[in-house]
Amino acid sequence: MRYLPHTAEDRRAMLGTIGVGSVNELFADVPGEFLLDRIEGLPGHKSEMHVERALGALAARNIPAGSVPFFAGCGAYKHHVPATVDHIIQRSEYMTAYTPYQPEIAQGTLQYLFEFQTQVAALTGMEVANASMYDGSTAAAEAVLMAHRVTKRKKAVLFGNLHPHYRAVIETISRYSEHDVVDLPSAPNAEFGLEIDDKTSCIVVQYPGVFGGVRDLTPLAELAHRNGALLIVVVTEAVSFGALRSPGSMGADIVVAEGQSIGNGLNFGGPYLGLFATRKKFLRQMPGRICGETVDEDGKRGFVLTLSTREQHIRRDKATSNICTNSGLCALAFTVHMTLLGETGLKKLARLNHANAVALADRLAAVPGVEVVTPHFFNEFTIRTPKPGTEIIDALVDHGIIGGVPASRLFPGDGLDELIFVAATEVNTNEDREAYAAALREVLA
Amino acid sequence: MNDVSHKNFTSAGSVTATGNRGLQIEEPLLFEIGSTNFTGVDVEEPEAFESRLGDVERTDMMGLPGLSEPETMRHFVRLSQKNYAIDTGIFPLGSCTMKHNPRLNEKMARLPGIGDIHPLQPQKTVQGAIELMMQLSDWLTSLTGMPAVAMSPKAGAHGELCGMIAIRAAIEAKGEADTRRVVLVPDSAHGTNPATAALLGFSVRSIEAEKDGTVRASAVRESLGPDVAAMMLTNPNTCGLFEPDIAEISAALHEAGAYLYCDGANFNAIAGKVRPGDLGIDAMHINLHKTFSTPHGGGGPGAGPVVFSKSLAPFAPLPLMARDGDGKLELIEEKASSGEARPFGRLTAFHGQMGMFVRALAYMLSFGEDGVRQASEDAVLNANYLRKLLKDTMSQPFGDRVCMHEVLFDEAFLKGTDISTLDFAKAMIDEGFHPMTMYFPLVVHGAMLVEPTESESKRSLDQFAYALKALANAAKRGDKDRFKSAPRFAPLRRLDETRAARQPILSYTPPAQQAAE
Repeated sequence: MRYLPHTAEDRRAMLGTIGVGSVNELFADVPGEFLLDRIEGLPGHKSEMHVERALGALAARNIPAGSVPFFAGCGAYKHHVPATVDHIIQRSEYMTAYTPYQPEIAQGTLQYLFEFQTQVAALTGMEVANASMYDGSTAAAEAVLMAHRVTKRKKAVLFGNLHPHYRAVIETISRYSEHDVVDLPSAPNAEFGLEIDDKTSCIVVQYPGVFGGVRDLTPLAELAHRNGALLIVVVTEAVSFGALRSPGSMGADIVVAEGQSIGNGLNFGGPYLGLFATRKKFLRQMPGRICGETVDEDGKRGFVLTLSTREQHIRRDKATSNICTNSGLCALAFTVHMTLLGETGLKKLARLNHANAVALADRLAAVPGVEVVTPHFFNEFTIRTPKPGTEIIDALVDHGIIGGVPASRLFPGDGLDELIFVAATEVNTNEDREAYAAALREVLA
Repeated sequence: MNDVSHKNFTSAGSVTATGNRGLQIEEPLLFEIGSTNFTGVDVEEPEAFESRLGDVERTDMMGLPGLSEPETMRHFVRLSQKNYAIDTGIFPLGSCTMKHNPRLNEKMARLPGIGDIHPLQPQKTVQGAIELMMQLSDWLTSLTGMPAVAMSPKAGAHGELCGMIAIRAAIEAKGEADTRRVVLVPDSAHGTNPATAALLGFSVRSIEAEKDGTVRASAVRESLGPDVAAMMLTNPNTCGLFEPDIAEISAALHEAGAYLYCDGANFNAIAGKVRPGDLGIDAMHINLHKTFSTPHGGGGPGAGPVVFSKSLAPFAPLPLMARDGDGKLELIEEKASSGEARPFGRLTAFHGQMGMFVRALAYMLSFGEDGVRQASEDAVLNANYLRKLLKDTMSQPFGDRVCMHEVLFDEAFLKGTDISTLDFAKAMIDEGFHPMTMYFPLVVHGAMLVEPTESESKRSLDQFAYALKALANAAKRGDKDRFKSAPRFAPLRRLDETRAARQPILSYTPPAQQAAE
C-alpha cells in the first residue's frame, strides 16, 4: 500500500521488539467479540490511476460554474482566483501543518493569521478580528451567542433580508441553547419596522441582503443602541467590502462575513471561511482563535495564539465557544488574494462586479415580462418573472445557462415563487449576459 | 512603508547586519512592504455605467496595500519556511493525528466538477456531487456499523454539537427535556466536550477515571439518574487506551434512558477493526482531517460528519440525502420535505465540506477496506514500538502496558532535573522534531502524548526515539541550559505569551498612527 512505509519484515521486527506475536495482541483491551477481521460491503484498495478514474467519473456528472454562463449567488460566488493563491496554499509548510501550538516553528502560519486579522478588521471597518470561523453562517450564529453574553439578554431579532439558511443555523443553535429568536417577514425592499424591547440582545441584518438590496444601516444601529442591543451585520459577499461603506462606519457592533469570494473556490458549499470582527471593548467575549503580536527572548517580533483563556481547551464548560479547528488554510487563501489585490485592486474588482450586475439587470429588464425589483444593489439582485422561478431556472439549464437561484429554493412556501436571485461577477462577459437574456426570452415565450 | 530599518532588522541578538541567518530570512509584515495605491491583479475597467449603490458607496481608505505577484510569492514562501509540517518530519501531536496527506486527494478536490460547482445549482446539474456524498456516507456507516450519518458538520467540535443536539431533540421527543439536564464527562475528555454540553444548557458532571485512565462501568452507574441525558466519552480515550467497559457503559446508559456520545477523534486506531455501533454508541463524529487524512491546513478546514444509531437517526440535521426509484439523487433542504424524518434543524448554510469529502473518499478508495484496517494496525504498532523503545528512558503514568495509537508519558522521568515538560518539548524543536501534545490529558502531570501515526517508517521512529533518549539523558545529566534556553535553532526563541495576552496587539497599526495614539 503506497501510503504505508512498513514492509512485512519491518512489522515482524517491530512486533518482536515489542514482544508480542501478532498485532491483535496490541488490541488486547478490546473485548474479543468486537474485534473484526473484515468489514462487510466495502471494496479493497485501488491504485492511484483507478481512484482518479472513479472520482473523475463522478466529477463529470456535474456542470462546473466555469463551463457555462453562470449567475448563481446567495452566499457563494464564482470569482476568478489568481493562480498564485492555489500554489501557495498547497505548499507543504502551510497545508500539512497543525494549529500553531508551537509558535517558534509556526511563525509562517501565525504571521499570515495576524495579516488576515488586520485585513478583516480594515475591510469591515472594525477594531479587532479573529483568525476565522467555519463559514459565514456559523459565524453569524456565534455572533448572536456573543451578543447574548455581552448584553446578558437572550433574544435575537433577525431582519427579513437574512439568508434563510443563515437564519436556520441561528434558529437551531438558539433553540437548543435556550435562547429566543424573532423572525421578521421576508420580502424584497422590506422596511425597518422592528420589534425591539429591553430583552433584545441584537438585531441581525444582512448587507447586501439576500434579495440583493443595500441601504444605510445607520438608523438600524441607532435603534439597536438606543435599546441597549447590538447590531450584527452579516455579509455573504466579501467583494462588496470594496464598494460599500463598511458596516463598522455605520455603527455595527459585530460584523460576520462569508469570506469565500476572496481566494476560495465554490467547492459545492465548503470549505469556506467565516470572518468575525468586533469592537475592542467586546474582545474578551469574541469566540475563536486569535493571533497576537509579542516578542521572543531576544526581543524579536513574533506572533502567538493568544487570549486562550476564552477557549474550550482552557475554560472547558465556561468557554465562549466550543470551536477548535477552524478555516486556517481558507484564511491563507483569502490573505494571499487580498495581498495581491490590495485595497486598490479590491475596489476595482468590486466596481467591475457592480458594473456587470448593472449591465445584466438592464439586459434582463428588457426581456418582456421580467421586472428587476431591487433598486439599489451591489452584484446581486432579484427579478420577478411571470412563471415560477424553479421552472425557469430548470429550463435555462437546458439552454446551457445557470441563471440564478429561485427564491422558492430558499423560501419554500413563502409566496415568493415568482422571484429569482441573480448574481453577476467579474467572470461574466457581455456574451454571457446576451445568452442569458436570449434564453430567458425563449423560456418565457 | 518600504522602510527597511523596521524593528525586525535591528533586533537584538542578531549576528548579521540584516538579521537573516542563511536560509532563515526575516520577513516583514505585508503592510510594511506594499503600497495602498498598487495592485498585483490586473482588473479591467468597465465601460461607463451609472452606479446603483445608492447612498452606501465606500469612499474611505482601508490602509490595505497590494503587492505585485513576485513580491507576494516571496512574502508567503519566506513565511512558509518558518513552519514545521508533516512533510518536514514526524509531527507526533497526540490526539491530533498528523498523518501523510496524499497529493492525489488535492488533485481530485480541484477537478472542475468538484471544486467549481455551486451549492445552490439546480440539483440535476450536481448529481455526481450528491453521489460522492452518498458514497462517502456509505463508507462511514459501514466502517462504524451505524445506520445514518449527518454530513454537514464542519469540524470535530461542530460534529459534537450536531450529535448532542440530536440527543437533546430525542430527549425532547420523549418529553424529558426538563428533567434530563446533565451530561457525564470524564476528566480526561477534550475541552470541546464540556464546552459543547454547556453550550446546549446541560450541566457537566465529571466522572473520575481509574488510575489507568479508563472509565469503569461502575463509576458511570453511580453517576446515573433520571437527570442524566447522555455521556460523552472518547474511545480510544485521550490516554491512548481502549475503554474496556464501553459496551457495559452504553448498556447502563441505555437502561437509564440516556445516550452515549463518542468523541471520534481517535477512530483512526480502530477503523476497520472495531465498529462503534457494535459498542452501543449512539452518536459519534468522525474527524475526516484526522482519521481520513484531509490536510489540517494549519488549523483547518476540517470536517466532522456524525454517525447515528437507529434511535437518533430520525433527528439528523438538514440537508438529508435521498435516492428515488429512478436513481435520481436529491438533497432535501427543508423540514417540510423530510417525510418521516424529524431533522433537528440546520448547522451550516450549505451541505458541508465537499472539498474534504472528496479528499476523504479518495483516501478510502485508495486504502480500501483492507488498507484502512492495515493503517489502524500500523498506527497501533508504531505507538507501541515507540513505547518499547522509550520505556527505560521516559516514564509512563500507568506502567508499561499496551496502548492504542498513541503512547502517553509523564514528567516523572524529569523529576529532580528542574526541567519541565515544556522545556523538554522546546528542546525537541532544536533536534528538528515537532513536540508531542503537552499537558494533555489534564489527568496526568506534565503529560506528553505521542501519536506517531501509520505514516512513519521504522527508520523514522528509530531516529525519533534516538533523539528523545539523547534528550532524556542530557536532562538526567543536568544539562539544564540546553532545555531552559531552547529552542535555540528555530526561527524564533521562546515567545512571551503573557505579554501577548496582557497587552493584546491583534492587528497592524502603521508607525505614524501608533505615534499618534
